[in-house]
Amino acid sequence: MKNYISLQVPVEKDAFDRLPADFYQDEEKDTRAVGYWKAAWLRLKKNRIAMTALVIILLITLFAVVGPLLSPYTYDQQVHGDENLFPCAAHPFGTDRLGRDLMVRCMIGTRISLLVGVVSAFIVMVIGSIYGAISGLCGGKVDLVMMRVVDVIYSVPEILLIVVIKLVIDEPLSHVAALQKIGSGLIAIFIVYGCLYWVGMARIVRGQVMQLKEMEYVTAANALGAKRGELIREHLIPNCIGQLIATVMMQIPSAIFTEAFLSFLGMGVSAPMASLGSLTSDALSGLTVAPYRMIFPAVIISLIILSFNLFGDGLRDALDPKMKKS
Amino acid sequence: MNMAERILRRVLFAAISLFVIITLTFFLMNLLPGDPFMSDHATEASRAALVHKYGLDQPVIVQYGKYLWALLHGDMGTSYILQKGRAVSSIVWESFLVSLQLGLKALIAAIVIGVPLGCIAGLYQEKVADGVIRVISAIGISVPGYVLAAVLMLVLAVNLKVLPVSYGSPGGEVMPIIVLAMYPTCYLMRLTRASILEVLGQDYLKTERARGMGEGRVIFVHALKNSLIPIITYLGPLTASILTGGFVAESVFNVPGLGRYFVSAISARDYTLIMGVTIFYATLIVTMNLICDILYQVVDPRIKSA
Repeated sequence: MKNYISLQVPVEKDAFDRLPADFYQDEEKDTRAVGYWKAAWLRLKKNRIAMTALVIILLITLFAVVGPLLSPYTYDQQVHGDENLFPCAAHPFGTDRLGRDLMVRCMIGTRISLLVGVVSAFIVMVIGSIYGAISGLCGGKVDLVMMRVVDVIYSVPEILLIVVIKLVIDEPLSHVAALQKIGSGLIAIFIVYGCLYWVGMARIVRGQVMQLKEMEYVTAANALGAKRGELIREHLIPNCIGQLIATVMMQIPSAIFTEAFLSFLGMGVSAPMASLGSLTSDALSGLTVAPYRMIFPAVIISLIILSFNLFGDGLRDALDPKMKKS
Repeated sequence: MNMAERILRRVLFAAISLFVIITLTFFLMNLLPGDPFMSDHATEASRAALVHKYGLDQPVIVQYGKYLWALLHGDMGTSYILQKGRAVSSIVWESFLVSLQLGLKALIAAIVIGVPLGCIAGLYQEKVADGVIRVISAIGISVPGYVLAAVLMLVLAVNLKVLPVSYGSPGGEVMPIIVLAMYPTCYLMRLTRASILEVLGQDYLKTERARGMGEGRVIFVHALKNSLIPIITYLGPLTASILTGGFVAESVFNVPGLGRYFVSAISARDYTLIMGVTIFYATLIVTMNLICDILYQVVDPRIKSA
């Protein structure tokens, strides 16, 4: 009869045999010491969606940066006799009513989108992290006042302010030729991002710094006589840089979105500069006769935002595995 | 700090930020060169008379005081260009009702579609349904409203001819509502899914299961109730996104709502109208955010006012 309460482990016949030579090899593979960045890269590489998004981003960047150099046309060149063309060998995306090559205009528009995304994200990162770090490090009254300011700014609707600022800087900007080419709408976006958008970033950085400040290793460093600058350089920055980058990556699509939206409504770039938003709105009037004019910029902008979103998600998971929830 | 104090503080901050927005808008608009009558083919004398009539020759600070005082009485001045001589407040109110009616429908659609789908995705994590819902929401979040509007127009109105292009005819509301509801729906799906997943890992659910409660009861009574709380916080930004979405949807589909008025006021440079609509929008968004904040704190007392 089998004894059900026996603690004896059933022993197989070969349990005491010698193990195959490569038995522990799989385990050893994973026990190599890898640094933070290496580990993050390995995690990212495993994420197939994020890697696909990265490849698409690189391709789009190539399309926007190198493309216009290879094209025989410029974005504002009106080729007479080539008006209203359907996509063909000479003009793969077709031409518009004025005979402008739509492919090169899409490339320039993509360039504008990427520029807006990167510059805005940079502005947000610099202002937000400095503000948040000061607030978090100082604590006390300084923190209180700084965070109340953030609360107030947080509730200002940014689109409205972009529009108002665009109207205001329109006139003074028209005297500066170089800036005029970009358009007052874009400058307004940068100004507003610099003034308003950094608050989300500042909150995150402050939270991180406050949390890190209480960590044992920071206390230990303090006890060992580390100076403030050293503390920031050695402990605080390396520990919150991951989340910082992930948050910045999330800013890029939102800025691109805003620019395309404003350009679509005619408040972004000024003609003849092309933006993916303004190209779509131009195409809308000829939707019944030339739908292809709308398709290309619409697909490109959606692809850009989608891949930045997906890559941002993957990057966040890779850089900050603690934050990963699902 | 107790609840009443916290709520009072929130209200105070909302009031301050509203004041900042109004002041900022007013002075920025005053920086603009010229006056609204410059483009008119009027003589110098009649222009001066108009400027005097509307008080535009007074110092800026006096004008500001007057504007604030009038604003408190619901008076936003007069439209100079777009609808000459009409009170801004009546234009804003009338067109807002149109936007509101569309916006509410979009809001309801977003909640009715987004939340249940998010729940399904969360409850069936890593299953087929979850995958499909996640792909849809990722795409829905990334496609700008104007692209969606253009594509819908092309496919439904131009090619298939199942829906009318213009807003006035029957069925004309469908496309604007889809455009308005798309982003919020997909965002809500994501939010609900994340929230459900977080709640599912909580210890109190394990406790309920350990006590022998049925799985259905655990999920419907305890998990869903608690995971829907964070969604309240999104209602504020949701309103804002439907409002700004209105700029595109109303312009493309020619809806006589506030968004279209705002866009055309900007291209016509009707400054009082721009100012009026900006302040109206800002008040609406700040108020909605405030209501959500308070609601959130009342519903979930664990939340400390940050």
